Amino acid sequence: MKLMMSIARNPAAIGLAAALALAGCANKKSLPNSPGELGLAANGAVPGSQQDLTLNVGDRIFFDTDSAAIRADSGATLQRQAQWLNKYSRESVTIEGHADERGTRAYNLALGARRAAATKNYLVSRGVAASRIKTISYGKERPVAVCDDISCWSQNRRAVTVVSGAGS
Amino acid sequence: MIKNGQTQIMKTLQQAVMACLVACATLLLALVPAKALVEIDINQGNIEPLPMAITDFNSDDGIGTQISDVIADDLRRSGLFAPINKAAFIQKIHNPDVAPRFEDWRVINAQALVVGRVNKETDGRLRVEFRLWDTFAAEQMIGQQFFTQPENWRRVAHIIADAIYEKLTGERGYFDTRVVFVAETGPRDARQKQLAIMDQDGANLRYLTQGDDLVLTPRFSPGRQEVTYMSFADGQPRVYLLQLETGQREIVGNFPGMTFSPRFSPDGQKVIMSLVQDGNANIYTMDLRSRATTRLTNTPAIDTSPSYSPDGRQIVFESDRGGRQQLYVMNADGSNQNRISFGDGSYSTPVWSPRGDLIAFTKQSAGKFSIGVMKPDGSGERILTTGFHNEGPTWAPNGRVLMFFRQPAGAAGPQLHSIDLTGYNEQRVDTPNYASDPAWSPLLE
Repeated sequence: MKLMMSIARNPAAIGLAAALALAGCANKKSLPNSPGELGLAANGAVPGSQQDLTLNVGDRIFFDTDSAAIRADSGATLQRQAQWLNKYSRESVTIEGHADERGTRAYNLALGARRAAATKNYLVSRGVAASRIKTISYGKERPVAVCDDISCWSQNRRAVTVVSGAGS
Repeated sequence: MIKNGQTQIMKTLQQAVMACLVACATLLLALVPAKALVEIDINQGNIEPLPMAITDFNSDDGIGTQISDVIADDLRRSGLFAPINKAAFIQKIHNPDVAPRFEDWRVINAQALVVGRVNKETDGRLRVEFRLWDTFAAEQMIGQQFFTQPENWRRVAHIIADAIYEKLTGERGYFDTRVVFVAETGPRDARQKQLAIMDQDGANLRYLTQGDDLVLTPRFSPGRQEVTYMSFADGQPRVYLLQLETGQREIVGNFPGMTFSPRFSPDGQKVIMSLVQDGNANIYTMDLRSRATTRLTNTPAIDTSPSYSPDGRQIVFESDRGGRQQLYVMNADGSNQNRISFGDGSYSTPVWSPRGDLIAFTKQSAGKFSIGVMKPDGSGERILTTGFHNEGPTWAPNGRVLMFFRQPAGAAGPQLHSIDLTGYNEQRVDTPNYASDPAWSPLLE
């Protein structure tokens, strides 16, 4: 249940599902097998762009409370990110680490840094050059979901991969 | 560094204090008894505030009333004094140099009486005189005068309030102080933050940054001339030093990663802070003169929020090396790191009291955020306030009052609050917008 919830909230996962559905449909009409073969993603994102990463790969992973451990459901996203980065090898990225608001300021800054570092280390272990990855922590300063319960806090405990120059 | 940055205000006030040393003696009508007759034991919780009369200071314009109002507001907010409504006063003070009719003040239960006068000197300065009377003993407790530029009238009022507080409680005052904090505007997911400074009563608010960059956790230097804080101005978040008078700012140190959670050493010569490398936060100091940096902790844990004991010999900090965030104390050289917090939940943002006797902290337990205090050996934990989210205590320089920020549930942003060490007299500190990360200035010696 928890895993399903987090997938449903992950826009990248939805984007990927949409792309697969379209590809399946295209098969029946004997058209190219995937939107990628047309040089464009199904959603029109320019390959190698932030939009491409966000919609077709997944730009963010989520963490448990007070943890920087890469969850099983995040490993798949990071695998795709590593493949994408290895394909677009001229791009460099910044990983932004974030914490939810249920912690104190300095600790959350450190926790965000720890999450960004864990994410970077994972990508490096999958063959992405460390020199292409910068990290930054925003602590609890940049929530994306604003409510006072777990449904928002779980979305705010995140590491977001941002293509350099793209801005977050 | 501190000497060069001295402001005109401070020079003027120091001159005023010097002038006072000479002049006050002549103003004393009676010898002050070694032990005040009217006095308050502020170590009791929830004491009955002392009823007292603070009359409008005599003056040709409204300045006398303004000064007495600031004094009354300071004393009232402390929770220890109850200034009596002026409408109840029987005697009108025509000459503050003459002993009042004590029975007129006793009958309205004013246990202490403050009278004063404001004159314009020929050189444009204000001369502010005041006397504090013990109405039941029929004795003068203080008589002082100050000379100052007219624009500094609020500071003189705070200094007088401090003198009255000190006389009646036996503790140092804390009204002639300022607060540096983070002013917040905008919605929760697009909050703008600015450094701001104001008098402890909220007056004279001034913004120190424009809001373009995210800024956090400002802290005063012991001389009140500088603030160290964290800013995202340079891409990589770093600790900065800001000269309050000139507005000049610089990055503290040349560290390879994010630096955060800064604080000055008690002698003002060092900044202590956390540095992140490879996801690990450890505690470092940088000597502001030699620029030498020293590493104090070396763990794969999050070590942060360092705060010196007032004698500079020890440092309290938070670490999750044992699993959750807990408080630890170490020697100033990093040796002898010992955990001191053992209660349920996690502990963070420790701040050593200026008196040295207590450490204030934020505690997270059962989904609530509390402000509490414990002794430096970890004993005697007391929670002062609990709620949805209270965070980041800072001590008034007399170690009697704490300020912190409270984030309510819902869309509204955080606000500053103060609370007495007894856990009573919780007060909202008014700011024009949302506010967080308060740091109380020291008193000027």
